[in-house]
Amino acid sequence: MDGMRGARRSSTAAGAGIPAVNGATDVSTVEVAFDVNGVGCALRLDSRVTLLDALRDHLGLTGAKKGCDQGACGACTVLVDGRRVVSCLMLAAQCEGRRVTTIEGLSDNGAPHPMQAAFARHDAFQCGYCTPGQIMSAVSLLAEGRAGSDEDICEYMSGNLCRCGAYPNIRAAIRDVAASEDA
Amino acid sequence: MRPFEYLRAADAAQAVALVGADPDASYLAGGTTQLDLMKDGVFEPERLVDITRLPLGGITHTGTSIRVGALTSMEELAADPVVRERLPFVREALLLGASTQLRNMATIGGNLLQRARCRYFRDPTVAACNKRAPGSGCAAITGAHRMHAILGTSDHCIALHASDVAVPLVALDALVHVQGADGVRTIPLTRFYLPPGETPNIENTLVRGELITAVEIPLPPRGTRSHYLKVRDRVSYEFALTSAGAALIMDDGVIAEARVALGGVGTIPWRAWDAEDVLRGSAPGGEVFRSAAEAALTGARPLPGTAFKVELAERTLVRALETAAGAGS
Repeated sequence: MDGMRGARRSSTAAGAGIPAVNGATDVSTVEVAFDVNGVGCALRLDSRVTLLDALRDHLGLTGAKKGCDQGACGACTVLVDGRRVVSCLMLAAQCEGRRVTTIEGLSDNGAPHPMQAAFARHDAFQCGYCTPGQIMSAVSLLAEGRAGSDEDICEYMSGNLCRCGAYPNIRAAIRDVAASEDA
Repeated sequence: MRPFEYLRAADAAQAVALVGADPDASYLAGGTTQLDLMKDGVFEPERLVDITRLPLGGITHTGTSIRVGALTSMEELAADPVVRERLPFVREALLLGASTQLRNMATIGGNLLQRARCRYFRDPTVAACNKRAPGSGCAAITGAHRMHAILGTSDHCIALHASDVAVPLVALDALVHVQGADGVRTIPLTRFYLPPGETPNIENTLVRGELITAVEIPLPPRGTRSHYLKVRDRVSYEFALTSAGAALIMDDGVIAEARVALGGVGTIPWRAWDAEDVLRGSAPGGEVFRSAAEAALTGARPLPGTAFKVELAERTLVRALETAAGAGS
């Protein structure tokens, strides 16, 4: 396949007269602006920087966690334009103009989001490393209308792994919030 | 990850021109396979042309088919009301793939083009991989290959095509619409993929720079019953050991037409033409389903680590047919 390891490096598209994104001069640098938790941010980044690394290393938002860094564990789950994604497999450059919500953006004037409160109430964690991703996914799960049964909760939360095995309590927390929203 | 230049295409023609003229450039859509391979050092493009802002999303219904824009996400397609009503096994296959997060990111065009899940392909410290480094050999044939293919394999590669949704799509004779430097063309999905043969590095019939713009799914007649069954090591968020997609078009108690394809077993999404021949004209039932399943697996070439897959795939297909026919669980 073209572009595979060992391929010869050639001249740049910018050198061929095609403008790089947003006028950045170094071809491996991008300028990107997006909204994080209601606040606009503008960054100049190496094009390789993922959304996860932009949040953690450039914006100081360390709630989203780097677990596997290959899209398998869900610890880095955030919302982009309201949909849950794994931020480790998305380039920051792809977020231009997008609306990103992280765990830090869930609370309302310092009061925990109902899902955060339910996770605390149900002791839905042990080490806590997966928790921000679990909560972001759980908030999406309810928005998607998929918290109607334990089976659905298990199926549609399966992208978030918990190595401590707190799943029963995570399910209980989600059921609790789902029930209170139905009430 | 090696440095690369990130470009955002203004329109499809510009994207095609950029990638078509440059062997070191690649499209970037959902990125869920591609970024992973770039982190692993398996895929090292010098230039990524982001196509996610192009107007290639959306689903349109014609009455006889649905046209799915290439950038439609797996979740969007699964939620489509026509897919829900007329193509239940497409919806099942979509929702049994990956996780919700990945399905929100992954596009239907990218899903069809996903790369092999072979651990040796994905590890550049392994020298022998004909798909990654043509002529270097295949570490999987003598290595750990429990998750590999048994149909369409060659002495050069046994890597599996792991897409779930491609299974019902290949069964339905879906069409792949592409745009290239010389214009547009349409490729039947049944002729889109190339088994590894002696060139495992060439996986499909796209030429350099061709961009998938849409996938068109012909609708089977109303009343068609279909099911996708996926068997795996974990109950969710796992690749298939075996899977089967089956659609039965019934006429007066007889199978007028059957559409059958297998996943988890083929180097390409595997259309089981021989099984369809067995089913056509027969009354549904355990015996004919078993005969069809045996026909589907006749050409299997299992290795020690994949020997279990032959019977498992047969049973998976029988169960999928039973469920589609309303006769089973």
